[in-house]
Amino acid sequence: MADGARILIVDDEPAIRRFLKTILTAHGYTVFEAARGEEAISQMTAQRPDAIVLDLGLPDLDGAQVTRIIREWSQTPIIILSVRDGEADKIAALDAGADDYLTKPFGSGELLARLRVALRRAAKNANAPSFQTGALKIDLAKRVVTLGENEIQLTPTEYDLLRALALDADKVLTHHHLLRAVWGVGYDDEMHMLRVNISNLRKKIEPDATRPRYIVTEPGVGYRLRNI
Amino acid sequence: MNRPDPDALLARVQSETPTRARGKLKIFLGYAAGVGKTYAMLQAARQLTRQAQAVDVVVAYAETHGRQETDALLEGLEILPRKTIEYRGVTLSDMDLDAVLARKPQLALVDELAHTNAEGMRHPKRVQDVLEILDAGIDVYTTLNIQHLESLNDVVAQITGVYVRETLPDSILDAADDIELIDLPPDELLTRLRDGKVYVPEQAQRALNKFFRQGNLTALREMALRRAAMRVDDQMRDYMRTRAIPGPWAAGERLLVAVSASALSEKLVRRARHLADELNAQWFVVFVETREQLRLSQAQQDQLARTLALAQELGAQTQTLAADEIVPALMDFARAHNITKIIAGKPLRPRWQEFLRGSLVHQLIRASGEIDVYVISAQAEPAAQPLRASWRPHAPFIRYLYAALLIAAATILGVLTDPFISATNLVMFFLLAVVVAALFLGRGPSVFASILGVLAFDFLFVLPLLTFAVNDAEYLLTFIALFMVGLVVSHLTVRVREQADAARQREQDNATLYALSRDLAVAADDKDILRALKTNAALVFDRRVMILLPEKTGQDLTPIADDNSELAENEYAVALWAYEHGQTAGRDTDTLPAAKMRFVPLKTARGILGVIGVTRNDESKPLSPSQRRMFDTFASLVATAIERIQLADAARQAQVRQATEELQNALLNSISHDLRTPLVSITGALTSLQEDAALDDATRHALIENARGETERLNRLVGNLLDMTRVEAGALHLRLEPSDMQDAIGSALEQLERRAQGREIRVQLPEDLPLVPMDFTLIVQVLVNLIDNALKYSQAPIEIRAHAQSAQIQVQVMDRGIGIPVEALPHIFDRLYRVQRPEMVSGTGMGLAICKGIVEAHGGTITAENRLGGGTLMTFTLPLKNISDAEKRG
Repeated sequence: MADGARILIVDDEPAIRRFLKTILTAHGYTVFEAARGEEAISQMTAQRPDAIVLDLGLPDLDGAQVTRIIREWSQTPIIILSVRDGEADKIAALDAGADDYLTKPFGSGELLARLRVALRRAAKNANAPSFQTGALKIDLAKRVVTLGENEIQLTPTEYDLLRALALDADKVLTHHHLLRAVWGVGYDDEMHMLRVNISNLRKKIEPDATRPRYIVTEPGVGYRLRNI
Repeated sequence: MNRPDPDALLARVQSETPTRARGKLKIFLGYAAGVGKTYAMLQAARQLTRQAQAVDVVVAYAETHGRQETDALLEGLEILPRKTIEYRGVTLSDMDLDAVLARKPQLALVDELAHTNAEGMRHPKRVQDVLEILDAGIDVYTTLNIQHLESLNDVVAQITGVYVRETLPDSILDAADDIELIDLPPDELLTRLRDGKVYVPEQAQRALNKFFRQGNLTALREMALRRAAMRVDDQMRDYMRTRAIPGPWAAGERLLVAVSASALSEKLVRRARHLADELNAQWFVVFVETREQLRLSQAQQDQLARTLALAQELGAQTQTLAADEIVPALMDFARAHNITKIIAGKPLRPRWQEFLRGSLVHQLIRASGEIDVYVISAQAEPAAQPLRASWRPHAPFIRYLYAALLIAAATILGVLTDPFISATNLVMFFLLAVVVAALFLGRGPSVFASILGVLAFDFLFVLPLLTFAVNDAEYLLTFIALFMVGLVVSHLTVRVREQADAARQREQDNATLYALSRDLAVAADDKDILRALKTNAALVFDRRVMILLPEKTGQDLTPIADDNSELAENEYAVALWAYEHGQTAGRDTDTLPAAKMRFVPLKTARGILGVIGVTRNDESKPLSPSQRRMFDTFASLVATAIERIQLADAARQAQVRQATEELQNALLNSISHDLRTPLVSITGALTSLQEDAALDDATRHALIENARGETERLNRLVGNLLDMTRVEAGALHLRLEPSDMQDAIGSALEQLERRAQGREIRVQLPEDLPLVPMDFTLIVQVLVNLIDNALKYSQAPIEIRAHAQSAQIQVQVMDRGIGIPVEALPHIFDRLYRVQRPEMVSGTGMGLAICKGIVEAHGGTITAENRLGGGTLMTFTLPLKNISDAEKRG
């Protein structure tokens, strides 16, 4: 159970708010609602929620705008809910600082899992010296990557990329974000460099590169390192 | 008054005598297999058996090709068993001729007249069987396709590229007592062919595919229609001739006015009009065009055209006849049209000419028989001297010089041979010279040569020599004979020559018309028609032409688009007038003759479709009457062709509309079905859970699991619909980025994770697969659809492969499932197409259409084929280089 964490639901559809409220309340969360962007921001300051579930298509403000405004003073985890064809909006929202997104329609189990991850990540100290997911272990202090017993040889770029993914494990990182984090400003259009390095990284760490276990592709948006 | 033409009566009596005991032949004529000839024949026969006085009908031979509706017609008809013959170990069966003759029904049905009999039958051809049946006094119904006619064989081969080996002489159509044309629009025939309603033998499949094309069928159909029309026309005239039926008009006086190119003819026409009015008579104005008239001056030609136009305006039917002799041509026409009075102008020729060549009026009166001849006076104005255009290569002076040289040569020959040959035989040299002059130099020089010859002969060879005096009076006879022979021979040769010229002209006209109608028959649109007309008009008339058609809305005419189709405003006004009044206007007509162009309306039974405009090329002469007639024929051919195309267009549009409607209905049906089905399961599950507390856990779980699966299905369907809409609307905005195909395949597999549970999917990718410029999400969608299909239609493992070729990447999804029926292969990428299978697998028929839309937007290709050993292989390629091209497309 989620020890009564406070969740703000922002969606203009009453049916979806009702559905979300039912599920989240049933799992022990305290739920607040907002139907519009402005309302969400005022609720944010009034209620101080631990996480926000935010719909992109709001009547007054765009979800990405809301995210950007909130990020100006708060690091509260934000999970985006969107319909499929809002891909560009999703990227914009993630780049604006959202932590994760879910495509409508979605399963309630999926939402709860994402919510748990987001809350955990927010609680965790980002300066942990090492990161482990499944058999993959990254020693951030020594810059050593091991898969089970074997040490994996990575190029500096591959390591930086894996590290960027690991630091925000379970969070969807957009292409844009990764390019800036690894290569720096001015590489926004060098998508192929990212693709090639992801592909090489997978060949080294994935048991089956065609069905990746660790580095998951979010089609059209970016990548996510799965925390198993 | 309505006298039957005696010749026609006689011919009919003669032709009827031997056929009195003969059976009657009726041919059901079609233009291609599958138009329904056999069906029509059987139906007609059935009606005969059902009427009050039932006709005794047997089916001697009918080929239904197992078509049900045709088979059904056979029921209740007596069918004679076929005769079978063993031939070199093969059993062949064919119509049993002897059985038909022995049975002696009133009417025998014999299908496929052009059939070649099996070896060992009495006659090699079925048509011979039929003739024998007819001779036995049995009526015959039979079927025939137009391409089997001998005379059309070459044409058919030319148009369709298929050579028909079984041919029949054309006379069989003439021998038929009745012809029924079985017509079916080519579009419908093609539909029937597609639906498998036309019997096609296996081995002829390919040839027939070549044969059954819209253009071919249209051309064949036109031939069949024309043939049948010709035949009906002949029959009608025959019938009218033998029964002396004057036609659909009231019987009464009928006037014939003979006109010439003289200005006086206009007066004649006006006077005749008064007379016709008084007598309340129908009247005809006829111009007989002989060789001489072909050489009319321009002024005379214009005059003639004016006369004929005036006559038409005044209500006469005008006709131009081409003939050698004026009077017989007029009399033939008069008899054929039951003319009661002939009106001619007073003779205009000088007395001496009349004496030499005979007076037309006198000839007319002598030939007229019972028909009254009226001679009307018209005050002669100073008649323009007829200017004859020379058709010979030399100027007249040169030709006379040649004639003199010929005589000189004959004279020299005579002088040289004088010692050995008697004087009377020397005449032969001169005779030869005169004949040669007549052959090559024309009438004048040959007459000149005969006079010169007589003089030379007299001067040099007749005693007393070197004088023109004659001792022996017998020589006078020789002179006269020589002179007369010269005249007659020259006249005859000139005439033969003129007839040959006329024949050549006619042949050329026919060839031209044939060429034009052939070009028009295969024309697929307005532009083809214009091209056909231009080519032929330029060839024959040395004229430039344009076709103007009305716009769909309003009354404006627009030329069929062409490079030089600009039209001055005043010319346009003339065109509009011609169109609105349905009369020829412009140059060389009475209406707006100042215009540069002449406009001929395109008339059909449906009204006036447009106009043809003709301009002269700079220096060319005006059109002669025969050329004008020819041009009018051109116009009517073009009008028919345009009408045909417009009708075909209308039919096609109706068909497209219908197809669109059908598609929309199918879409609605499919979607409403596919959307409702999951909703039913979900609602069912939810209501059970809500209302039925007695459910055990396992059942509840099963219900929930089922509902959840259905929601996924619903979601997929909505996604497909959205994708489809985007693809259809051309709204696919590709975000091309260099992407990893392996990553795309992995993403697709991840999306399909739940559904691929427990299934083996092998992925084989080379290590060095290059990055591909593509819209990652959309290509993932393609892969999901392809893999999803493979999962649905197979149980065995699925293989996915990719490899880079020179400029593209090829991705293959293979399964070992049930494969795709061959006939479905060309359609599986069509929207809403679903392979019909007994085991229903759910789907909307959108998945592959979406794949195709996406791949093609990338500039790639997608194909499907069946694998050796069973299963399906789906292949798509994406270009590696032309990103910019693909972006443009996107």
